[in-house]
Amino acid sequence: MIPGSLRARAFGLRTRLLLAFLVVAAVSAGTTAALTYREARNAVLQTAQDTAVSSFRDQVQQTAFGLPLQGPEGLEDLLRSIARRGRPHPWVVFAEYGSVRASSGENRESTVITPELRRAARANPRGSFQRVVKDGTPYLTMAMPTVARFGPDTSVPSGVIMYAVMPMTDEQVNVEALMLAARDGALPGLVIALIPGLIAARSVLRPVRELRKAARSMGSGQLDTRIKVRGSDELADLARTFNESAARLERTVGELREAGERARRFASDVSHELRTPLAGMLAVTEVLDEDADHLDADTARAVRLVSAETGKLAVLVEDLIEISRFDARAADLNTDEVDVAEAIRKTLLSRHWTDGRVVTELPDGIRARLDPRRFDLVIANLVGNALRHGEAPVTVRLTAPEEKALILEVTDSGPGIHPDVLPHIFDRFYKADAARTRSAGSGLGLAITQENVKLHGGTITAGNRAGGGAVFTVVIPLHAEGAGG
Amino acid sequence: MPRVLLIEDDPSVREGVELGLRRRGHDVRAAATGEAGLAAMAEFRPDLLLLDLMLPGMNGVQVCRQVRESSQLPIIMLTARGDDFDVVIGLEAGADDYIVKPARTEVIEARIRAVLRRLVDSGPGRSALETHGELTIDRVGLTVTKAGRPLALAPSELKLLLHLSSAPEQVFSRQQLLEHVWEHSYHADARLVDACVARLRGKIEDEVGRPRYVQTLRGFGYRFGPL
Repeated sequence: MIPGSLRARAFGLRTRLLLAFLVVAAVSAGTTAALTYREARNAVLQTAQDTAVSSFRDQVQQTAFGLPLQGPEGLEDLLRSIARRGRPHPWVVFAEYGSVRASSGENRESTVITPELRRAARANPRGSFQRVVKDGTPYLTMAMPTVARFGPDTSVPSGVIMYAVMPMTDEQVNVEALMLAARDGALPGLVIALIPGLIAARSVLRPVRELRKAARSMGSGQLDTRIKVRGSDELADLARTFNESAARLERTVGELREAGERARRFASDVSHELRTPLAGMLAVTEVLDEDADHLDADTARAVRLVSAETGKLAVLVEDLIEISRFDARAADLNTDEVDVAEAIRKTLLSRHWTDGRVVTELPDGIRARLDPRRFDLVIANLVGNALRHGEAPVTVRLTAPEEKALILEVTDSGPGIHPDVLPHIFDRFYKADAARTRSAGSGLGLAITQENVKLHGGTITAGNRAGGGAVFTVVIPLHAEGAGG
Repeated sequence: MPRVLLIEDDPSVREGVELGLRRRGHDVRAAATGEAGLAAMAEFRPDLLLLDLMLPGMNGVQVCRQVRESSQLPIIMLTARGDDFDVVIGLEAGADDYIVKPARTEVIEARIRAVLRRLVDSGPGRSALETHGELTIDRVGLTVTKAGRPLALAPSELKLLLHLSSAPEQVFSRQQLLEHVWEHSYHADARLVDACVARLRGKIEDEVGRPRYVQTLRGFGYRFGPL
């Protein structure tokens, strides 16, 4: 598992689902709370306001003024008595008549009453009111023009306008309490909304997670991976589709593998079947070679041809068996600790490559656990290849930088490998030129070399030197873990 | 010329090898099964047994064991690389050497000669009898006794012991032993050496798990002693 995928992603499915749930919950809770708040607030304020206005109107109508007003003195007592009867809260009452100002409070003129109210008061004989906020305190201001009564049916405006100012602090407190209640109701709602959000996210994410796990397991070669299908929603459909595709893939891969396996077994069986008659033939080639001299020319040529080709066929069959063992992963590594330079020298010596065609740079003291037989094949094949397809001198250079790996370079002095050929150089039976005749090798040499290097946990690469000439580089890690002993 | 008994079930290999060796002057008797081969032994009295490992009926390993019960006849196994029978099993059963089929007659003959070759150089000025602990080695008579009792050593075991004991406490790598005792190439299968060492230890050591005479130096090879 990739560690990063375990962390909650910034905008992963879970986050998005939760956010969506939160937004829906916030909008619905917020709207409900806001509407409730508005209605309740209006109701509270309206009640207070209606009570105040109607009570003020009654008070003013019940009060008789002696006109014309002489001064504020007598009036103030009157105002104070009105103010005391103020409902729902005590008022401060002001009276204005021309330039005369009187009030029930300390200031004769209110600082709260606005010019608009004064204008409205003069225009509307039934009275006006206005809500004013001053210095953070809400006030209800009312204006009521008084009338002078002359008999039961006749009245004229007296010119006296009464004002009342009522602080609405209590209502303010009530409204604030409402707001708190609305908020306190909405916030837990949001938190509770997280729970279904999480459950929904889980129910979506679990199948998604299983799907991801299954897909990864398929990718790593576990083709029999299936998902348990739960329920009948879209995710279950997805799981079912996945299972069907996985089954089809498994079947196809199985068929391909079987076909490949059959082909490999066939090659292996054919090689083994060829080996027995070849063993008999190879044992008698000498007899043919020796007696060829006493035969007539044509027979001798035929006999020599049979003898020579028998030898080549034996090599080819052995190479085929070898490569089929690699394919079947039946090739085993019999390692021994050897001096690498000595091993290479012994290879060159046993192939008689000691006549100056092969130049060596072999530092002593590099020891490695190698399969001597396979290592011998690698060296012999690379050097033989260089001598056959390149040109002498061939250089074999051994290094072991930091004693971490041994690096072996086999370089020839020929024209190098054609760039078109380079990618296929390790392919089996690859012919660089379609018209090229069969070479001395089996056509499997470099493929076997590559497998032998791989078996040692190493790599082999082919390339060209800047100055011309092919170079094959083998890198084998020293102290390789897991190399068989 | 040596008398070679060839036990090989495949007619073409049997005939080819027989023909090739006879042309080089060997006296060859060929048998198609292990049972027939064992039956021919007493009458033919071979100097060497060429034994195919894959035989119908009694297999090569069983033949090898049965021969070793009564004789130290040199035995060379014929095996194909990648056969079901591992070369090691044959070597543990007492074979002295092996040849990978298919092989040219010259290769087969070279192996036969190598196995039959006696270690002639006992070293000038060296006495024929050497004593190492309880072991007494007669380099001329080619016999080994332990506490006075003669030991029956197969040719490869005897050669290995003679080679190691000729330079006590000197370490020989497995590749060196392959070259000098078996006359194989440096790159041959070193399990040949290991199997022979195991067999030799079984005969000369008091405790096979804690060898005194043939000691292992991990990563380097084997040495004789120090006692």
